[in-house]
Amino acid sequence: MENPNPKSLMAAFHFQRALSLVHRTASKSSRAVRGRRIQCAAYASMAYSAGPRRAWSRALLRRLRRAARRRQPRAGWRRRAAAGAGAASRVATGAAGLRRLVPGGGGMDYCSLLEETADYIKCLSVQVKLMQSIADSASLCGQL
Amino acid sequence: MSSRRSRTSSSRMQSSSSSRMTDEQIHDLLAKLQALLPEARLRSNDRVSGARVLQETCSHIRSLHREVDDLSERLSELLANSDINSAQAAIIRSLLA
Repeated sequence: MENPNPKSLMAAFHFQRALSLVHRTASKSSRAVRGRRIQCAAYASMAYSAGPRRAWSRALLRRLRRAARRRQPRAGWRRRAAAGAGAASRVATGAAGLRRLVPGGGGMDYCSLLEETADYIKCLSVQVKLMQSIADSASLCGQL
Repeated sequence: MSSRRSRTSSSRMQSSSSSRMTDEQIHDLLAKLQALLPEARLRSNDRVSGARVLQETCSHIRSLHREVDDLSERLSELLANSDINSAQAAIIRSLLA
């Protein structure tokens, strides 16, 4: 990762902590469970590094805390959140589609939705790049 | 104009939060979103309609979600075989590389 900026450093810090937690608590679990925990960890660390200044990160953190309180990490919560909109989310485009895709998008006015979407996309891209470089790095050196 | 359709679809919300939301602001925000789209989704000629920008943005977000899912699976497999120290080393290497 060339020129790690503060945003990607924060994301890396949070993601690394979350990965440690997953490793500590789920290393004996199946690969599928671990994969879902890592997926949750990705969104959690995204939300933590964005902090409470953004509506989407606040909505994500609320969602994660609700899931944690229920004590059952509901499998594939992101998939179900998307599938709950069902075929509609595949068909729905435009502002309605964005409201389903961006956390907390339902309650915003149009301008805020556009702003939140832009920030959400930037943070998602940073998270994806981070995970890609970890995977590349781990696959290069991990098998030695 | 590209903003006309978006204006009618959200006119109710706009009137309630009134003065600050001008067409120009919306146009700027849509342009910002368009700039975030990967090259493949952008047509090389600019002046893409607002509806198109929203549509492409939805697809872009969905593909980012899919990438996170796929990378999570890949990471769960890769990190299963290693201890936590090498996982942390991988993260630090990725930052320094």
